[in-house]
Amino acid sequence: MILVFCELKDGNLRKPSTEALSEGRRLADASGKRLGALFVGASNGGAADAAKYGADVILTCEAPHLASYSSDAFAAAIADAVKTKGATVLLGGATAMGKDALPRAAARLGAGYAGDVTSLSMVDGKLQAVRPVYAGKAFATTAFSSAVQVATTRPNVFIATEKPGAGTMESLPAPAGDFKAIVKEILAKGTGKADLTEANIIVSGGRGMKNGENFAILEELADALGGVVGASRAAVDAGWGISHGMQVGQTGKVVSPTLYIACGISGAIQHIAGMSGSKYIVAINKDPEAPIFKLASYGIVGDLFEVVPELTKAAKALSLTAQ
Amino acid sequence: MKILVALKQVPDTETRIKVAADGKSIDPADVKWITSPYDEYALEEAIRLKESKAAEVTVVSLGGDSAKDVLRNALALGADNAVLLKSDATDPLAIASALAAYAKGKGFDLIMAGNKGIGGDNASVGPMIAELLDMAQANVVVKLEIGDGTFRAEREIEGGTEVIEGKLPAVITAQKGLNEPRYASLKGIMGAKKKTIEEMDGAAPTGATSVVGMVMPPARPEGRKLEGEPAQQAAALLGALKDEAKIF
Ligand SMILES: Cc1cc2nc3c(=O)[nH]c(=O)nc-3n(C[C@H](O)[C@H](O)[C@H](O)COP(=O)(O)OP(=O)(O)OC[C@H]3O[C@@H](n4cnc5c(N)ncnc54)[C@H](O)[C@@H]3O)c2cc1C
Ligand SMILES: Nc1ncnc2c1ncn2[C@@H]1O[C@H](COP(=O)(O)O)[C@@H](O)[C@H]1O
Repeated sequence: MILVFCELKDGNLRKPSTEALSEGRRLADASGKRLGALFVGASNGGAADAAKYGADVILTCEAPHLASYSSDAFAAAIADAVKTKGATVLLGGATAMGKDALPRAAARLGAGYAGDVTSLSMVDGKLQAVRPVYAGKAFATTAFSSAVQVATTRPNVFIATEKPGAGTMESLPAPAGDFKAIVKEILAKGTGKADLTEANIIVSGGRGMKNGENFAILEELADALGGVVGASRAAVDAGWGISHGMQVGQTGKVVSPTLYIACGISGAIQHIAGMSGSKYIVAINKDPEAPIFKLASYGIVGDLFEVVPELTKAAKALSLTAQ
Repeated sequence: MKILVALKQVPDTETRIKVAADGKSIDPADVKWITSPYDEYALEEAIRLKESKAAEVTVVSLGGDSAKDVLRNALALGADNAVLLKSDATDPLAIASALAAYAKGKGFDLIMAGNKGIGGDNASVGPMIAELLDMAQANVVVKLEIGDGTFRAEREIEGGTEVIEGKLPAVITAQKGLNEPRYASLKGIMGAKKKTIEEMDGAAPTGATSVVGMVMPPARPEGRKLEGEPAQQAAALLGALKDEAKIF
């Protein structure tokens, strides 16, 4: 069996989980295996949706004491499910939770782990993963020698496609309740917007923004396009009140949106490392020699303070919605 | 209180990566080696705990002889002991197993690491050590408070911060924002030269995974510049995104 660790948010299946399920379905078909979707914690209605993305079996491991995330408890529950079902491949989205629980589950299973993969295949019955290394400056192919093979799929890379599976429900026993660590609360910023790593459209600002207040024009453009705002490290470090969570680059978030618009960003190697996987790149910079233009699908040489408001105006006039 | 900090030596972020002749690793020529940036936050946090709670700080690196530079630097910054686990392993589970084997039974209350070693970008050695040693974990931590046998950590998640509470011993992996790392003082640097770095055998080079190929990213298709006044440029861009890229 190929088992996919799935996550719910507000009762709904998260997008990175649908992507991992779809890729799991593809691998299961290619290798004649069954696809299982695993939910740990409170799974309410949303778990059944895994069938839409091809799950033959939906496994739930529910208990009141699993309502809050605990890395050690979840890793134990995941590893138990792998053993019970005799799964050989374990996947999950490379989300905050996926990257927290799956390496730990891998260690518990003595399994190899490949994180943030961008392509998967089955070679001689074993998983092979392609993943960006050096923040995307190169791509490595990882082969596994362990019996169980674990990987997390990078959000926004694999395509979620609906392909109905039987979705037989099955519940698994939950681990006992004495956890080493547990989530006490979540301090949400409450923007309600997608995280950078999951966003389809990102509008980023750099030192060329001159101050934090000016980021308001990027917010307006992002709103008009249905995107979110990111930043270069120079903007984050300048003390403009731009949080590190917004930093794109080798020591920030590595993103792969459909559209990345870089405003007043020169294109330093560490920044490029974080965004060169974007499908389309737009650069707005007043310096025609800025290295970012080497990457740009569309380059606009000009003053961002003139260009960005025009873009917002034009985008609003078109009332765009991303496909 | 005893703290272990795991430090990885990695290529400088400025490095232009070239694939080596073997087709599965990077060409080490012209690579400048540094301590992985996130590990610097892990070390700084440990040194601050040493100052506030009289902790003893041991640093460990698994790698070749050159990793001694990373350890020497950590000693200059205030670490008490340094250990080199000699190995050229690249598999996260093999590395985590070797680090866990070193730490086992030595009574560390806290194991600090980076949330990700840049380059390999595995982001997995921390949680693996936690599992192998049956410890609590908190990853991508931006704030840490140590209580009496307990910890409270704030970690970055999608669109917010998660507060983790747990029992010591624990593995904590650092994110930027946890602290501002200090620079080594001249006195520290001189003192570090006199300290010894303990050396022992690390992990076997083969593990549960191996890298069997490495390629450069595909070249990006040729782009074009959009000319004219800002309003024209804006219109041209939206037109291209709609009609050529079909994003909208
Ligand atoms: C260990 C390490 C890790 C790093 N990690 C990261 C990382 O993760 N992410 C990251 O981004 N950086 C990172 N950096 C920093 C990186 O090297 C650069 O310093 C940084 O990316 C530069 O940011 P910038 O492009 O915003 O600023 P600059 O390089 O100063 O560029 C500003 C640009 O704005 C343009 N501009 C100015 N005014 C206007 C205007 N009115 N209209 C249009 N254009 C204008 C200028 O022409 C210029 O090209 C790292 C550095 C180190 C050493
Ligand atoms: N070879 C190593 N030696 C010491 N620490 C390591 C090594 N590899 C990884 N680590 C630690 O584990 C963290 C995460 O690394 P990784 O899982 O490789 O991304 C690093 O930031 C280090 O703190």
